[in-house]
Amino acid sequence: MTALASRQESELALAKAGTKEFVTVHVADQLFGVEVTDIQDVFSLKGLTPVPGARPEIAGVLNLRGRIVTAIDARCRLGLPSRPQGFAGMMAVGVEYQGEAYGILVDSVGEVLRLSDSDFEPNPVNLNPNWKDVSQGVYRLDGRLLMTLNIDQLLCVATA
Amino acid sequence: MDELLGEFITETNEFLETVDTQLVVFEADPTDGDTLNSIFRLVHTIKGTCGFLGLPRLQFVAHAGETLLGKFRDGTLVATPDQVQLVLESIDRIKEILAELEATGVEPEGDDSALIGALELAAEGHPAPSAAAPVEAAAPAPEPAPVAAAPAPEPAPVSASGLRWDPDLGRELRPGEVSLAELEAAFLAATPDDDLEPVAAAPAPAAANAEVTASAAPAVERRAAPEMRAIKDEDDDAAAKGGTVSSNQTIRVNVEVLETLMTMVSELVLTRNQLMQMVRNATDSEFKGPLQRLSAVTAELQDSVMKTRMQPIGSAWKKLPRIVRDAARDLNKKIDLVMDGEATELDRQVLELIKDPLTHMIRNSCDHGLEAPASRVAAGKSETGTIRLNAYHEGGHIVIEVSDDGAGLSTSRIRDKAIKNGLVSEEQAWTMSDAQIHRFIFAPGFSTAAAVTSISGRGVGMDVVRTNIELIGGTIDLQSTEGRGTKFFIKIPLTLAIVSALVVGSRQQRFAIPQLSIVELVGAGGASEHKVEILNSARVLRLRDRLLPLVDLSEVLGVPPRDPVIDESHSAFVVVMQHSGQLFGVVVDEVFDTEEIVVKPLSKALADVGTFSGATILGDGSVIMIIDPGAVYRRVGQAEEVVEEVVEAVQKKRGQRPETTSMIVFQAGGEQPKAVPLSLVTRLEELDATSFEQGDGRTLVQYRGELMPIVAADPYAPIATTGIQPVLVFTYNGLAAGMAVDKIVDIVEEALDIEMAADRPGLLGVAVIKGKATEVLDVSHYLNLALTNWDDPGVNKPAKHIVLVERNPFFRNLLSPLLRSAGYEVEAVETVSAALVCAEYRKPAAVLTDIDVDVASARRLLSDDRLAGTSIVALSGSPDADATGFASLVRKSDRESLIAAIEHAAKLEIAA
Repeated sequence: MTALASRQESELALAKAGTKEFVTVHVADQLFGVEVTDIQDVFSLKGLTPVPGARPEIAGVLNLRGRIVTAIDARCRLGLPSRPQGFAGMMAVGVEYQGEAYGILVDSVGEVLRLSDSDFEPNPVNLNPNWKDVSQGVYRLDGRLLMTLNIDQLLCVATA
Repeated sequence: MDELLGEFITETNEFLETVDTQLVVFEADPTDGDTLNSIFRLVHTIKGTCGFLGLPRLQFVAHAGETLLGKFRDGTLVATPDQVQLVLESIDRIKEILAELEATGVEPEGDDSALIGALELAAEGHPAPSAAAPVEAAAPAPEPAPVAAAPAPEPAPVSASGLRWDPDLGRELRPGEVSLAELEAAFLAATPDDDLEPVAAAPAPAAANAEVTASAAPAVERRAAPEMRAIKDEDDDAAAKGGTVSSNQTIRVNVEVLETLMTMVSELVLTRNQLMQMVRNATDSEFKGPLQRLSAVTAELQDSVMKTRMQPIGSAWKKLPRIVRDAARDLNKKIDLVMDGEATELDRQVLELIKDPLTHMIRNSCDHGLEAPASRVAAGKSETGTIRLNAYHEGGHIVIEVSDDGAGLSTSRIRDKAIKNGLVSEEQAWTMSDAQIHRFIFAPGFSTAAAVTSISGRGVGMDVVRTNIELIGGTIDLQSTEGRGTKFFIKIPLTLAIVSALVVGSRQQRFAIPQLSIVELVGAGGASEHKVEILNSARVLRLRDRLLPLVDLSEVLGVPPRDPVIDESHSAFVVVMQHSGQLFGVVVDEVFDTEEIVVKPLSKALADVGTFSGATILGDGSVIMIIDPGAVYRRVGQAEEVVEEVVEAVQKKRGQRPETTSMIVFQAGGEQPKAVPLSLVTRLEELDATSFEQGDGRTLVQYRGELMPIVAADPYAPIATTGIQPVLVFTYNGLAAGMAVDKIVDIVEEALDIEMAADRPGLLGVAVIKGKATEVLDVSHYLNLALTNWDDPGVNKPAKHIVLVERNPFFRNLLSPLLRSAGYEVEAVETVSAALVCAEYRKPAAVLTDIDVDVASARRLLSDDRLAGTSIVALSGSPDADATGFASLVRKSDRESLIAAIEHAAKLEIAA
């Protein structure tokens, strides 16, 4: 009970402090951030099986510790050109959506950042609609911008 | 939903299933005390829990039911079928309320007073009215306070109606109800007791009698308590007696936990495989021993986890006795349900999927399978029909047999219906065995039931059953003997979680095809004997004696196919598959291995692909997709449609189809096809050549109780002496003669354009049928061959004279022998004038004339004096031709009517 209580307290404190933790990922040249609480794990892509006839953003299926994970190509989903060298060497962010396991394929996974709400800005109005769908807004970092990625939004179109 | 409530619903549902089964047992033998006790206990428990959870409707219904059961139990009443029905109705009501409760979390509004009233009346010993009947108006809708279990402890003063009057309530007490005054007294006498639940925990239902406050509850609880204990003792007794109570041997586990366990075990297996691979490469590893042990333990673990998913099939059968009982009651039949092999285990997922089809089949058996008692007795059977369910394991499958000793399937009715529905042509139907005909009941929308009843007969029956069974990779078949009963065989896989699959390669990718749908694997092209041919861009494989439509797996997957050519220099593998009764071939690039695979469902993102039924992880850790045989079948179907469309388009282009004749095409002595008009053939038979006998220089066979001579269609093709000999059967003057052929190829409907070339006896000419030159045989020649020196009963009769006017030589040659075979002397002429000339010399008994070519001149026959009093029968290719004035109109291809019309016409002549 005490451990739980203290955790709740610390979470409360965090919320008060107005910060959130993000895992940064690179898709093409853009920096994105996925909230830590959304992520189950991060793994490097091995043995992807394409699924003929599936929608283009579905890169295929893969085996993650005995579980079959549907891999979503973030580049395709965001309307970015696919990598010339294919999926080899890509990283995946493992998430759970409606009880099923999905992996979002990204170019690389960076670090965990704690970002303050004061640096947050809503999406610019001229943002590409593809991106508007999946992002709540932008964090201003030193010298670059981090787009937030909403996993539910990203996957809801993929599974619709 | 409240956790407590959820648990209550699960438990109660289980209870109810048991009650259903037991009530049926009880109805059959109302003196069975054990059964009654256990029913009573179950209903009692439901009632008790309902009171505790604050579910007044459930509680009152259960209470009323229990009261009646109580009377049965203490021997006050002997159960009548009507009363048992009443109890069943109350159980149904409980189920309804429960279902609603499960869906919404709250007890639904509703009025049970009619049912409760009926139950109470029954408990008072009145002849039980059905709950549907109006109940005395006295039964007030708002139910009284929750006065629980215990029947009134001592007999109290009773009113004239046998019930005690309670002044506080202002009405008579219901059976089992305690008066307020008594409650009050009990409450006052009660001392606080630590053993009891706090008073407030038993919420008083928000019912009418506010005077009965929560304060009354403890007394009731207290009264109830000893009985609860008593019931518990009985439970213990039952357990001690070796009864069925074994609750402490099992625990309830969430299915999700089992699924997780299964996943983890699969993962463990994979990891072990990887380890084994690594150690195998090392020459001498210290890991070898422990790894072997790990391997064995893993295999055992996998087995055990699989077992946790298994359930006895009996649990799917629990509802059936009640269904049969209700059906028997509704249909006024007497039906016994016998169940064997209830302990046979199968995967719970399969179990769920098989429940509905089974229920449907049992209902069918009750309704259509078994006859009414009167007709059973008339048929010399016992009044009570038996439906038998049997389940057993057979090589990785479970077989469920559903049989009845009823009337069996009516082959003729099914055949008629199949022809009427266009499922099969009349000609094909002749050649089909009874078993093949019976299988039509699995065709969509097929129902032979004369009447639609509430139970079955809506025509959506067996095809839905078949579809459901095929959906889980099972098959269904039947055996039926008219008058003796019907037996269905359902074969389903033990589990859907693990299936045997063939791993194949197409376009450098591997896929799994479920083994169940695979018939065989053949090589095609190259040096193989199986040739691939192309029919209007559709590829077919010639496999032994049949053509299989072919589809490339890559086509199904929607990726560009490899080199589509399969010929002498390009070989390929063809997986012959079967789905929905259709055989087809799937071309794959490579064939790997068969593997036991663990089927994993697809994520929603992949659900719309439609080509795959799941995915699996192979031993090497890679994921492969499992092909859905249904998707391949649909692809093949599309290809077939394309072919059909082309054919239709061509026919349209040709415009109106000319008059056609049905011909049966066969081979006899060589490749060149031969044909005879189908209208002359009585039956197509496949006879066992070993039963042929020689006599009088001819080949004879015992056929339908008579000796039938058989002649060879081709003098150079001898009649078989072993194996199966296809035979066309003709009838000649009531005598049958057979024509032995090598193979019956087809029945075609074509416009005949015969080039006469009757230079050979027995040959009428040559016609082009289906693009091939086909010899059209003269049946009369063969009949003469077969029936020479035969005692011809027609010979001694003076033959009647008939004139046939027919310009078409084919029909002239066709109809003359036909008429001769019917015992007439025929004069075949080409024109009306010639016919009239014939009539001058000898007046015919009847004239047959074609009216298609020149109806105007044909009408001259009607008015000519030379034919006065002679019947003129019109012949036409179409049934709608204008035959005004003629004695009758007959279709040229309709042999039976032709003979009948001639007979009729000839008789008229005699009369005249």
